[in-house]
Amino acid sequence: MSKFKNNKGKSLPAINTSALPDIVFMLLFFFMVATKMRDREMKVKTLLPKATEVEKLEKKSRLHYIFVGPPLQSDIYGTTPRIQLDDKFATVDDIQDYITLKNSEKDEKEVPYMTTSLKADKTVKMGIITDIKQELREVNALKLSYTASKDIGDD
Amino acid sequence: MARNSRSIPEVNAGSMADIAFLLLVFFLVTTTMDIPTGLQVALPPITNEPPPESQQRKREVLEVLVNASDQLLVEQKWMTIDKLRQKTIDHLTNEGKDPTLSTTSTKAIVSLKNDRGTSYDMYVQVYNELTAAYTIVRNEYSQQTFGKPYNKLRQKAQIDEVKKKYPKKLSEAEPVNKGGN
Repeated sequence: MSKFKNNKGKSLPAINTSALPDIVFMLLFFFMVATKMRDREMKVKTLLPKATEVEKLEKKSRLHYIFVGPPLQSDIYGTTPRIQLDDKFATVDDIQDYITLKNSEKDEKEVPYMTTSLKADKTVKMGIITDIKQELREVNALKLSYTASKDIGDD
Repeated sequence: MARNSRSIPEVNAGSMADIAFLLLVFFLVTTTMDIPTGLQVALPPITNEPPPESQQRKREVLEVLVNASDQLLVEQKWMTIDKLRQKTIDHLTNEGKDPTLSTTSTKAIVSLKNDRGTSYDMYVQVYNELTAAYTIVRNEYSQQTFGKPYNKLRQKAQIDEVKKKYPKKLSEAEPVNKGGN
């Protein structure tokens, strides 16, 4: 068929690629907005409980994070819930030092506004949570947030 | 064929940028960032002094107990979690009608006590119900008095007025350890 034979030698006009940067930038912006930067490696599983009365935490810079949950690598670390601070497993006794250290990096004026975001797995028992609360009271970190996902009533 | 001998006219790409920006704006508007949300709690500061002898009469306190099997006991009676919100609202807005509930909303206290074996999920649910009850009564009062819900109030005097009427006295007792960890 002549359709496939004849186009050798005749150059096709170049596709206009001047809009390509726009598309690439668009994708870039999209991913910048929609994805969260992974700033720490999760070592514990935190399946959050659901609640309807959740409030947004305003400033990310004014947050301490404490993670509690069963370890992801249960074959190595077992299934007992553990505390994770930054990238490391920790014990309840480490919390005071951790909060004090983190607070010392902040502006002194900001310290009273620091909120502790407690990300704990649903299955965790209150014993460990109570111990953490007690430790936080010891270092006067009195603003606490039980991180929960917004319940939109689908189950 | 004749079709191939003609040169294809260039596609006008001038509006491509507009389309790209339109899509960008669309994604910006419809997607949400992963904003951390949570139940905000203010922990009581540690004091070395023993807590002051309670002047509150027993009827002012709504006792909520959660045991290690995630069962709920409200005012010595077993209760399911879906009734807790209404019970708390009744307690807060009782104003002396029911002799077992609070005399006045300004004195009403909710006391939450859990076991060390209570699951975090249950605790958050109970806490959520209690917070919801406070939100509802504050909203109702705000609506009646100022004609708009509590979170829409902008004047500090009005906010304080609602807070004074329904102070959030949600006390958490030290947990017991009956069910083990």
